[in-house]
Order: sequence, then C-alpha cells, then structure tokens
Amino acid sequence: MRLIPNRAWAATLLFTAFALLPLIAVWLDDIYLIVIATRILAYAIAALALDLILGYGGMVSFGHAAYLGIGAYSVAILSRAGITDLGLHLLAAICAAAVFALVTGAISLRTRGIYFIMITLAFAQMAYFFFVSLSAYGGDDGVTLAARSTVFGQPLLESDTALYYTGLALLVGLYLLAVAITRSRFGRVLTGTRENPVRMQAIGFSPFRYQLTAFVISGCMASVAGVMLANQTSFVSPAFMDWHRSGELVVMVVFGGIGNLLGAIAGATIALLLEEWLAILTEHWQILFGLILVLVVLYSRDGLTGFFRRRL
Amino acid sequence: MTSLFLIQFLNGVQFGILLFLIAAGLTLVFGIMDFVNLAHGVIYMVGAYLAVTFSQLTGSYGLGLLLTLPATLLVGLVLELLVFRKLYDRPHLDQVLATFGLVMIISEGVEVIWGSAPLSVRMPELLSGSVPLIGPLRYPVFRLVVIGAGLATAVALWLIITRTRIGMRLRAGATNRAMVSALGVDIRSLFTIIFAFGAMLAGFAGAMVAPILTVDPGMGESVLILAFVVIVIGGIGSVKGAFAGALLVGLVDTMGRSFGPIILRSFLDPSAAGQTGRVLAPMLVYILMAVILSVRPAGLFGARS
Amino acid sequence: MSLLEVRNLRKSYGALKVTDDLDLTVDEGELHAIIGPNGAGKTTLISQLAGQAGSDGGSVRFAGTEMMGMPMHRRVRAGMSRSFQITSILPGFSVLENVAAAVQARSGSSFRFFAPVSKEQALNDAALAVLARVGIADRAFFRAGSLSHGEKRQLELAIALATRPRLLLLDEPLAGTSGQEADRLVEVMRGLKRDVTLVLIEHDMDAVFALADRISVLVYGRIIATGRPEQIRDDARVRTAYLGEEAGEGS
Repeated sequence: MRLIPNRAWAATLLFTAFALLPLIAVWLDDIYLIVIATRILAYAIAALALDLILGYGGMVSFGHAAYLGIGAYSVAILSRAGITDLGLHLLAAICAAAVFALVTGAISLRTRGIYFIMITLAFAQMAYFFFVSLSAYGGDDGVTLAARSTVFGQPLLESDTALYYTGLALLVGLYLLAVAITRSRFGRVLTGTRENPVRMQAIGFSPFRYQLTAFVISGCMASVAGVMLANQTSFVSPAFMDWHRSGELVVMVVFGGIGNLLGAIAGATIALLLEEWLAILTEHWQILFGLILVLVVLYSRDGLTGFFRRRL
Repeated sequence: MTSLFLIQFLNGVQFGILLFLIAAGLTLVFGIMDFVNLAHGVIYMVGAYLAVTFSQLTGSYGLGLLLTLPATLLVGLVLELLVFRKLYDRPHLDQVLATFGLVMIISEGVEVIWGSAPLSVRMPELLSGSVPLIGPLRYPVFRLVVIGAGLATAVALWLIITRTRIGMRLRAGATNRAMVSALGVDIRSLFTIIFAFGAMLAGFAGAMVAPILTVDPGMGESVLILAFVVIVIGGIGSVKGAFAGALLVGLVDTMGRSFGPIILRSFLDPSAAGQTGRVLAPMLVYILMAVILSVRPAGLFGARS
Repeated sequence: MSLLEVRNLRKSYGALKVTDDLDLTVDEGELHAIIGPNGAGKTTLISQLAGQAGSDGGSVRFAGTEMMGMPMHRRVRAGMSRSFQITSILPGFSVLENVAAAVQARSGSSFRFFAPVSKEQALNDAALAVLARVGIADRAFFRAGSLSHGEKRQLELAIALATRPRLLLLDEPLAGTSGQEADRLVEVMRGLKRDVTLVLIEHDMDAVFALADRISVLVYGRIIATGRPEQIRDDARVRTAYLGEEAGEGS
C-alpha cells in the first residue's frame, strides 16, 4: 500500500521513457529500434495480462501464447474478409479470446497445481494444431498480411512510429485497467483466493467464478498483444502460439517480479533485450538464455519467485 | 475398410506404447515428487540422437539401442544431481522455469552437436520386412517389435511396482508422500532412481522410434505435451493410468486422423468433411482430455485432483 | 427453538467411522460446547456442518433449511460460519483487509472492477467495529502475517464474526493462546452469547464450563450425552468415557 505513490511515479517514468523512444531512434537514425520497441510493447501487454492471473490470482497458466495467436489470426482472418479496421480487429480478437478462455478456463480451473499447468499447456497446443490445420491460412507456414490494420479507414499504421504509439496507448490503457482491477472489490477476492482459498470460501466466496472471470479478462488482454504483434510483423503463423512462447511469457512475468504489473512490463523489456543482446553474441543464444534462467532459479534464495516477490 | 482399420489400429497401439514409455517416468515424477518436469521430452529426443550416433559408431542398431539405455540413464542422473534435486521443495513456478531453461539449453545444444537437419538410422535387416496379417495385408515387423518391446516394458514395470520392495515404496509414495519419508525410506535416493529410470524409459522410446521417424530437434516437443495429456487423462502418479491413457490417446489420435473424415463424409459433403476432419483430428485428443476432466477431474485412475 | 438440527450425520474414511449416525440439536441463542477426547471427530464434525468436508449421509437443517449438499460458501451466506483450529487468515493482507473482505462478502456484489475497494468506507467501518469488538483494532493496519499467535487467534474470530453469522462454529478458538490472551477471547465469547448462537469446540475445560449453556460429549463419532454443564459433570458415562481426571482436576 505504501508503495502506491512510488508505483505511480515509476509508471509515469517508464511510460515517458517509452514515449520518448522514437525521438531517440530518429536521433540515432536507427529505425530497427522502433521495431524492437514495438515488439516489446506487444509482449509487455501479454505479460501484463499473464501477471494478472499468475501474480494476483496464483494461476500458473502455461498456455498464454494461445491468446497471442488468437489475436494475430483475428487480424489475418478479418483482413482476408476485407475488414481492415483496427477497432474491429481488436473486438474480434477479444471476443474470440473470451470464448476460448471461458471454455478452457472452466475446465482447467476444476484442477490445481501441476494439473492446471499441464492442462493450460495442452489447450494452447490444441489451439496451435487448430491453426496448423487451417490450410486456407497457410497451415504451418502461416500467412503474410497484405497491409496493416486501418484506423478510420485510413492506413495510418503503415508508419512504424504510428504503430508504436498505438501500441503504447494500448499498453498504458490496459495497465491502468489492470491496476484498477487489482485494487477493486474483484481484485481483493482474486488476491485473497491466491493467499488462502479455503479462507475465502469460509467467508462466503466461491473462488471459481472469480478465478474464471480473471482468466477470461487476462485472455482478452493478451489477445490485444496478438493484434499488435500481427501488425508489427505483417505476418501470422501458428508459431505465435508455440509453447516456447508461453514459457517466455512466464519468464517475462517472473523476471519483472510477479504480482507487480509494472514489473511485468519491465520483465518483457528485460527478456526481449536480453534475447536481442545474446543473439548478437551467438546464434545459439537459447543456450545462454536457458543457462541464465536455470542459474537464477537455482541460486537465488527462495527461488526466483521468492527473490523477485514484491509487496502488493 | 476393415484392413485399413486393422492397420490404423496397430499404428495407434504402437503410438500409444511409445507415449506410455514417455509418460510412465513422467507420471511417477509428478505423482511422487509433485514436480513439474518440462525437460522430459528433450530426453526422449536425446535418446533418439544418441541411438543414431551409437548405431553409426558400432555399425549396429541393436548395439546402439543398448548403449543408449545407460547413456540416457546417466543423463537423468546428472540432471537430477545438478538441477532437479534443488527444486523439490520449490514452488511449481520455479520448477517450470528451471526445466523450461533446460529445454532451451538441451534443444539448442542438440542442434549444435547434431545440426538441425533431420537424421535417420538404418533399420536392422532382420526387422525391416513385413509379416502377413490377414489376406494380402502385411504389417512392418519393426512396428510389431516396437509394440512387443513396449508391452514387455509395461509388464516389467507392473511386476516391479506390484512385486518388489521398491515398487511398494513407489506406490505408497504416489498416494502419500509424507508416509514414505515417515517409514524411514531414503526419499532422496528413491527420487534419484525414479528420475534416472524415467529418463532411461524416455531414451528407450526415442531410440526405438529412431528408425521409423525422422530424428530432428523438434521431436521432443509435441510428444511432451501429448505425454501431459496422457498423464492428465490417466491420473497423476498412476502407471496404470498412464498405460490406459497412452493407448487411448494413441488410438484416438491415429484413428481420428484416418477415420474422422470418413465418418464425417456420411453426413457432410466430401470437401467439407475433408476440411472439417483435417481441423478436428489433431484436436481430438485434447477434446478427449477436456471431456474426461469434466467427468473426472482427477483423471481415470487418479487418487487426487 | 432449535436453530440447528443434525440427524443421522455420517462420514467414514474407509472402515473408520469418524461421524457415526450423529444427532445434535442447537437452540437459538445458546452456547453449545462440544467436548471429547482427541480423535473423537470434533473438527471433522465442524467441517461437515460448515460444508467444507462432505458427508456420507444424514441431514443438517439450519433455520429450517436443509444444508446437505450445499457448498461452504453458500452456507456462510445463509448465516453459518466457522473458525479454524489452525489459524486460517490472508497473511499478505492487512488485518483490516482480512476482516473487510468478510464484510464485503455479505454486502453487495464483488464483481466490481473499477472502484478502489480500500476507499469503501462502509466496509472499513464495519471491519474496524469487529476488530474493536475482539480487541485488536490497534493492529488494523499491520500485515496479518506479522501478528503474534494470540492476535492471529483474535483475528480468526473477527473474520468469522464479520460474516455476521446467526450460527458460529468455533473450532478451538483458544488453541495455543497464553493465559492472558485466552482470558481476552473468553470475554469476547461471553459478549457474543445471545447475539449469536455458538457451537464451541474447546479443550480448555475451565472455559467450556464457564461459558457453555449446554455441553455435548462426542466420543468415537457419536454424541454420548448432552446436558447442562452440571449434568455433564455428574454423568457417569461421561466420566468413564472421557472426562476422568480433567474434570476431577477442574472441579
């Protein structure tokens, strides 16, 4: 509670830095910087969404990349049908994600612990295979988008900078939404359930409804990241929901400190920059990344989660 | 139609047996240690690669297979000593992250050592033929051998679990961990043995399919997740459940892919049936999992949820 | 008038009958203590009544409504709350939030996503009032996990009270408390009598005989005697089955 003014400051600082970044990119004459930064924004949205249920709800979902894919394919499928408006793309992504999260969440949340982790992973894999078998959209190979989403019928997002600021606006909006949710009545029930589900039942709450609602909200938020990512790469494929990507999202949340929404954004930034940097060093950067991950988990006291755990 | 059915049925059984070998070790690790191991699939892959290399070195697939067993056992031991051992008391999230890190290291490491191009191993002459089933129908000997070897392993596992002292401890541990340590069993060494043994079974599975599948860096991934589905269906910690779940998943997946479109054609027009079948078939096992979980959240043979 | 009527309640773990055709009637407004040796099935009984543990059969009627098959959270909303023998709080929450969450559960929908809950004065005021009643209002803004054991026991009681139950099932509220803390809790319970109907499981016989209107003795999953404290003290069956030395020392 005492941290809230600090958090507001930290958020302002972080988002200001993000807002100034294109200027720096222009000054350095390095347009690739904006491309990376847009990717970071998209993953930050997804990590934020995951943190809402992982950090605040105690639900370790290992299948959140599915929502990236659902968001991305919403763009691809609607664009193919001649609907190019960004707002409609977002709407479709959110609706599809809500349905998927509602069905898979209702089943997954009947279980706990290891089961929950494995089942969310399995359902994400199901989504993966679903899109692999969509031969009309390239199957395994995916599909290249003819153009980015339009805004008010105009191809405004064709400019990388405009896309970047759109992503930033979405991130800030979703961050504020997530902060509001965690501080609301609903958020209290969600966190309380993470702390002690039996206690919450003993005061009259049925955890399932709240957890499922949070799961759906999180899925919808993550699908927004998918819409962003599809626009950034102008390309959509099942690789968006590869289970490695689900794992990377969990890593991002934990790197930033679970149960700390701003941390999720920072974690996405750290993880992606680390990837970029390691990839410069060696083409086999995954070995180094994995090594860092294993070492940090093993040798930080109380493990990574304890190490990074912040007060709420 | 019946002949196609028979062949696909055998293919399904063979795939199920393979999944069982992978899931058996994994379900014990989950059940007894309450430990999430994402790195089990890559051990299966390592088993396949080692079998390729050993076969080339010795010039014999049989010898290669034999050498793979102790080698993957060793891999399991080393991983247990270096990494897993430190994670037993940690939250699931830590286990997930550390083993995910291992997946990244090992997958990429395999590419560094063996390259990313698919490899294959020559099937031994003796087993490369086919045998008649009924009428003109023939079935590859090697696949029958895989089924036989898998069944033999299942029987051996069943004997170990039901008839030996260590098996009794395993069963007790899968249902009640506190009790096992209360009985004064050295739980650490029991864990080490289970891990190494599970790794060896996965390696065995990898080595056995090396001649009939292409050996590539992605082979461990989809199998890992299917093994999860098997365990979830069968019930965590139950080897019997793993066996039933594996056969179920193997059969449903294989038969669904070949007969789904045929069945759909009876009430859809052919092109729609083909399209729907192609989309639905790979999702069938997950739908099966969802249905079973809705009815029995602890799985078919699970004691707890 | 009876508020709680339990008939033929059963539960077994394998061959072990933990609750064996148990009958129990609790009157509106009374403090009904349940005593019995360790392993008699007292905590299981509370869990069954609260709906946390399932039952194999029988009937639990609360205020005229059948509760069997109803999950715990609905029984709480119907007016039947429990406390836990092993303290069950939300350790990362402040003391006030622990209690305010319980108030929140009975006042309006919790599917509200935008307004900050910490600014809901009605919840906080009600929570503070309950904290004052159990005597830990001065700890309101401490982290619940940082409280002393005795204070946690007080918080445990406060959370159960904050659900505003008609019937409160207290599972060894004095467990592990020191003399002074125990006295404090006994006073709180005395103050609750008449407002709330209480079912009290307690090993502290001084507290039981000082507080209870009626006492039931539970042995091997069955109630072997029910009566006023002096009746129970004099009951030969109770003496042989259970009280023995403890009652002798107590009186």
